[in-house]
Amino acid sequence: MSQTGSLMGFVHRRRRGAELFLLVLALMVGIGAYAAVGLGVEGVVPADLVGYGGWLTALIVGAHVTVRLVAPYADPVLLPLVAALNGLGLAVLRRLDLTYEANGLDQHTFARQQLIWMTLGVVLFIAALVLLRDHRVLQRFTYTAGLTGILLLILPFLPFIGREINGARIWINVAGFSFQPGEVAKVMLVIAFAGYLVLHRDALALAGRRVVFVDLPRGRDLGPIMAMFGVSMMILVLQNDLGSSLLFFGLFLVMLYVATERPGWLVVGGLLFGAGALAAYTFVGNVQNRFNFWLRPMDYYDQSPGSFQLVEALFGQGWGGLIGRGFGNGFPERVPFAYSDFIVSTIGEELGLTAVMAIILCYGLIVERALRIALISRDGFGKLLAVGLGAIVALQVFVVIGGVTGLIPLTGLTTPFLSYGGSSLVANWVVVALLLRVSDQARRPAPRLEPVDDSGADSESTQVVKLK
Amino acid sequence: MNKPIRVVSVFCLVLFMALLVNSTYLMYVRADSLSDDPRNRRIITATFSRERGAILVGKEAIARSVPSDDQYKFQRTYSQPFKYAPVTGYFSWFSQTGVERSQNEVLAGDDSRLFVTRLVDLLSNSDPKGGNVLLTIDAAAQDAAWAGLEALPGDAQGAVVALEPTTGRVLAMASTPTFDPNNFASHDFGAVADLDEQLNNDPREPLINRAIGTTLPPGSTFKLVTAAAAIESGNYDAESMVPGGFRYQLPQSTTTIGNYDDGNCGGRRITMTQALQVSCNVTFLSLANELGTEAMADQAEAFGFNSTSLEDLPGQATSLYPRDMDAPQTAMSGIGQSSVTATPLQMAMVAAAIANGGDVMRPYVVEEVRAPNLSVLDRTDPQSISKAISSSTADELTEMMVATVADGTASPAQIPGMDVAGKTGTAESTGDRPPYAWFVSFAPADDPQVAVAVLVQSSDTSPDEIGGGRLGGPIAKSVMEAVINR
Repeated sequence: MSQTGSLMGFVHRRRRGAELFLLVLALMVGIGAYAAVGLGVEGVVPADLVGYGGWLTALIVGAHVTVRLVAPYADPVLLPLVAALNGLGLAVLRRLDLTYEANGLDQHTFARQQLIWMTLGVVLFIAALVLLRDHRVLQRFTYTAGLTGILLLILPFLPFIGREINGARIWINVAGFSFQPGEVAKVMLVIAFAGYLVLHRDALALAGRRVVFVDLPRGRDLGPIMAMFGVSMMILVLQNDLGSSLLFFGLFLVMLYVATERPGWLVVGGLLFGAGALAAYTFVGNVQNRFNFWLRPMDYYDQSPGSFQLVEALFGQGWGGLIGRGFGNGFPERVPFAYSDFIVSTIGEELGLTAVMAIILCYGLIVERALRIALISRDGFGKLLAVGLGAIVALQVFVVIGGVTGLIPLTGLTTPFLSYGGSSLVANWVVVALLLRVSDQARRPAPRLEPVDDSGADSESTQVVKLK
Repeated sequence: MNKPIRVVSVFCLVLFMALLVNSTYLMYVRADSLSDDPRNRRIITATFSRERGAILVGKEAIARSVPSDDQYKFQRTYSQPFKYAPVTGYFSWFSQTGVERSQNEVLAGDDSRLFVTRLVDLLSNSDPKGGNVLLTIDAAAQDAAWAGLEALPGDAQGAVVALEPTTGRVLAMASTPTFDPNNFASHDFGAVADLDEQLNNDPREPLINRAIGTTLPPGSTFKLVTAAAAIESGNYDAESMVPGGFRYQLPQSTTTIGNYDDGNCGGRRITMTQALQVSCNVTFLSLANELGTEAMADQAEAFGFNSTSLEDLPGQATSLYPRDMDAPQTAMSGIGQSSVTATPLQMAMVAAAIANGGDVMRPYVVEEVRAPNLSVLDRTDPQSISKAISSSTADELTEMMVATVADGTASPAQIPGMDVAGKTGTAESTGDRPPYAWFVSFAPADDPQVAVAVLVQSSDTSPDEIGGGRLGGPIAKSVMEAVINR
């Protein structure tokens, strides 16, 4: 484990003032975008701007104060990044609501519902930081978390509560609320992976044979990776959810590689992924379609199933150009699901390449902060946890933005913090809470070790230290 | 574990760089080709819902967008639809024609000359407005041209073009039958599609702007080009004696061709002026034969044949003088028959070039491009495209044409107290259809202000009434008067 921080006598500063300053900027993004939506679409500043802005400010200030009190050494950049993305997402949803309402659609309260979900997310964020004072506690729940994660993934298949929406069976419906348990499952699985791998990393890392410069693992150690591969394929085949399948397997591979430091696992995983992708392409019609739509989107514009959604998104983003059309001057409603998977195309159309680049950079910074936390973290579990949480964001952002901009085949995933979706938003706020907790532990000055005068103990064998 | 974490960092960096590069490619490099896709309804809807600029004739907006209360926000309206339809064209959800098409970028507000306006619109967050286009059309001349065509008996097809000889400005451009562009601008797209299909299948071809889109044998009006080539050759002038007589035998053939009235043009040898005055076929058949295909084609091309020069309107047909004609065909071309075809615009350019001392000016319809606030952004400069004939040749031709009006076949175009130069034409038509009647003229002969070409393609007039400029002459006269008396 790295002890460089304390060894060199370097102590991280708290930087809470910097965080506050950045949060003010983030709030300006969120509230300013909300005002711009009103001006652009309706021509007036929204009447509820003060109430809305006040609510948003209260949430952010609440989160900030909590961090100040219970995680004073936490990373100062993460929370402002998340606040800015969430605020912008709310404004874009509001912009879509106005058009949906004008077009007489039933669903036109996405922004309002998202604000409620954000409130719940921030409450859970605060609760997680307050209740969880040391992330290593989570290591105790390795198998519980794993079991919960698997159970959550199975939930949509249960009768009565499971629901299929738009061809993907990833929803449950409890007491009138729809929820995607997979979003929570991914946090659970990161905890489970981190706990499992930190214990078994030596076995997975050391045994094996060398084939052409690459250390391949032993056959008997392939168990976990095969199990995870099986789960991913199950998600793909049974739930028809290409995105989540890719996300879970990729996440596991990255964590396995970091834990074992063996590129051999990447080779094995890559081969498995290739085989899985080929099998999926051959046997799952949906996958084949998406691949074809990606290669030649224009050829499938008029067909059903076709690439209408993707092509409209490409048209919209192309039309947005460098600086976009401005709120209210585009036609994001032409893209089905512009409020969820395709929210980036809405942003591209109305705010342009500039805003899309800013968003990608924000996500990049979140990932960078997560990996930085992993680097400076003092314990293996914390490192793996931070890497896993960062990898979730990185993979998810790459898969969804890459899909919407035509870089890779389209898969259904939400854009963290931007897309409408309560489960995703709440889960992502908890992800941030966990990252802040790990970073608080990592950046906190190393405990000073003071020998305790304990004459009763055997000073030869045991040294009692007091944490100060 | 730090080494693999660093590797993962680099991997993530690559992923995010790929996203950045790809979105730049999509939204900057590929944006134009996406915009050009005909299925891109955003572009269509946006252009359709914008406050499009007006098309102005003088101070009157003949096409403008007025607010509408449906989702497209603006409705295009045309105040004098039929009269100006050949020039304005239409603006529909599906496409545009005429000036609506050629000036689409200006009218829609996308033209680079409107950059400052667009920037202001962007910063003030107001909807972009299109620029205005001022036409060269003279309202009085257009009124006269349209009234003349409308007054033709029966179900006439015809066109009128008037040019300002010194500049090339199009003063009038009318065509009949025509259409109502208001119907094309309707927001009921199903009805627009039906209308488009119906008019496209109409045998009378109302969607064609005959002034620039129809090429027909120019008949005797082409004798001006033959006469120009003869004088330019240096062997002839207005008083040179040229062959007259009853009939001309085509070279390499036994076919003989007579004159229009079966007369002898006034003798075996007549002056060139007299030949033009009576529109003597024998004279110009033999002149064309003598000059040869090369010289005739060179002269025709110098006047603008075999190319198009009007850049402001789409749908132009090329007037043709083929270079691969044999001797009989070349002789026939001297009287505007065989494979020679011309648009009314082309014949107006011939008249205008003679009026302008031989300089062919590029015809243009767009006088000025104006910003939404009416400040002038651009003004078309007159441009000479070729020197068709020397000014002395032009003077001699003018005198011959003046004689043709004063005391010849073109007498219907006489304007009291003024010398008018003109030439009639009657071209053979196919089958039992009546011949095409042509008339070209300019006035005043000593200081030309307007050159006119009139084509009457078909009308319910008996064939013997068509010759002698009886159909075209009065229309040309009223258009010239409208310009001169303004």
